[in-house]
Amino acid sequence: MLAYIIRRVAQSILVLLVTGFVAFSMFSFVGDPVENMLGQERTQADVDRLRGQLGLDQPFVVQYAKFLQQAAQGNFGLSYRQGREVSAILAERLPATLELAFVSGLLALGGGIGFGILTAIRRRGISSNVIMTLSLVGVSLPTFLIGILLIYVFSVELGWLPSFGRGEVVDLGWWTTGFLTVSGLKALVLPAITLGLYQMTLIMRLVRTEMMEVLRMDYIRFARARGLRERSINFRHALRNTLVPVITITGLQLGSIIAFAIITETVFQWPGVGLLFINAVQFVDIPVMAAYLMMISVMFVGINLIVDLLYFAIDPRLRVDGKAGGH
Amino acid sequence: MSDHQIEIETRRTPGRLARAWNGDLAYSFRHSPVAMISAFMVALLVLSAVFAPWIAPHNPFDPGSLNLMNGFTPPGEPNAFTGEVFLLGTDDQGRDVFSTILYGMRISLLVGFSAVMLAMVIGVVLGLLAGYLGGWIESVIMRIADIQLTFPAILVAMLIFGVAKGITPPEYRDQMAIYVLILAIGLSDWVQFARVVRGATLVEKNREYVEAARLVGRRPFSIMIRHILPNALNAVLVIATISLALAIIAEATLSFLGVGAPPTKPSLGTLIRIGQGYMFSGEWWILLFPALTLLALALSINLLGDWLRDALNPRLR
Repeated sequence: MLAYIIRRVAQSILVLLVTGFVAFSMFSFVGDPVENMLGQERTQADVDRLRGQLGLDQPFVVQYAKFLQQAAQGNFGLSYRQGREVSAILAERLPATLELAFVSGLLALGGGIGFGILTAIRRRGISSNVIMTLSLVGVSLPTFLIGILLIYVFSVELGWLPSFGRGEVVDLGWWTTGFLTVSGLKALVLPAITLGLYQMTLIMRLVRTEMMEVLRMDYIRFARARGLRERSINFRHALRNTLVPVITITGLQLGSIIAFAIITETVFQWPGVGLLFINAVQFVDIPVMAAYLMMISVMFVGINLIVDLLYFAIDPRLRVDGKAGGH
Repeated sequence: MSDHQIEIETRRTPGRLARAWNGDLAYSFRHSPVAMISAFMVALLVLSAVFAPWIAPHNPFDPGSLNLMNGFTPPGEPNAFTGEVFLLGTDDQGRDVFSTILYGMRISLLVGFSAVMLAMVIGVVLGLLAGYLGGWIESVIMRIADIQLTFPAILVAMLIFGVAKGITPPEYRDQMAIYVLILAIGLSDWVQFARVVRGATLVEKNREYVEAARLVGRRPFSIMIRHILPNALNAVLVIATISLALAIIAEATLSFLGVGAPPTKPSLGTLIRIGQGYMFSGEWWILLFPALTLLALALSINLLGDWLRDALNPRLR
């Protein structure tokens, strides 16, 4: 088990090094900072001096190591567009994204498991068929169209919920939260549904498939033969064994929720890191893009690692033969 | 485009695919109303996109034929100033929405098809190499695949788009946007293909017929392409279909976010982006019709892909 953990950690570090390399290459290949910083009337001596100051005359590997060191300290320099510290901008925007991701993650998990169980138990029921068909439509419906549809119904036609922004937020010093005000909560509803819906359909389909597979197993038949109640069979015996793959996928989805937040945040003009990133892409603001990439990859890798380690906690079979979990 | 491809593959491997095409697959197709309807929808949409210049009543990209007075004409009603009638209305610049949808669909489909082709070629080649050669080549390829899979494809595509935009000089950006989109979506989507092809190759390469081919003296390249690849084609075809729907959605998403097809050469996503601005002021048709078209396109390709997966792999049922 220890060997497995070490291997997983090493793998995670490799991923971070590679993404760091990608982020670093973006700096070096897209635009020359020296060109940007010096005016029209420059001499070759000026260029050389500035190159020396910025460390651009050093070998590639040295520059890369320096970049990693800076990145690890959260230092990505100044945003080309806003002229402020990238890390400060990110810290300011992050709470909005995390709150949105948290709520839609809960929604996806709750709804996904609930509907998944329902459609697995009542396979031939009308409600299952309706839900399954809707889920297929949901998968085909791009996130941004769901958002627009919700805005049209609940903001334009009914006027119940705001169509953009975060509402009023409470500043806690290092964190701004929309959970504590009515307008903040109202503003959260539509983006959270938009963001969570796709993940919900995924989780639902997964739970359904796993559940149907498990319900076919011998020990379930045996439990039935023992005369256990249907509820107890479904939840205590069957559901438990479907949870391992569900946790994996959910963990991975958590990462993609943060990434897909880019789309939702753009539709709803939600002031999070996703909106920041898409603006950075539009205006080729490399420091912001690189910082976002690094931040996201740290999150993803961390989540993946935790999910993998959770396996051991959940599935006792893995603990018995330590070689399992090679994938 | 995909019909053409099936034809080539049929010729290469008359055994497996031709038999499937004439037998089970066609049978399953004839007995699945969903498959038939969605195939009809796909055919209809693709054909109307291909023949857009002949079908469309206006050319939305010809500024000479536009009349600003026609702006914001509701669908089916005569314009207050010019009296002209437009089937699906007009947008802010007086462009016929029906025509912009037809032309927009061309771009959406072009990007989608080309991106999937690119992803397929990269994925199949790398998958074959990884599976057949093994060793450090396999480790490197599959590690890269793992790392890329850590990130959602749309994010990878955005990054590639952003970097490519930074490299291209500003005056070429609009022209290059479509190629950059194809590159971005294609490069973000090859991993699926590589994984499946590698899996199939690992199984097939130890079979006796491959051994025989090797003993006869066929070179590795021709063994991979001629002997192993045909056995992975079913799976590749299924992934390609589903990827096509995903690629079209990805393109629409990128364009909607403003990091895709430019307003001068709008795809369905760009049209939706334009239309969203008029949602609050009541010009719903500018948004609704492109959105419905995109939905119909993605949904019917998805349904077709679902059917194909079940039909080609009876074990999944």
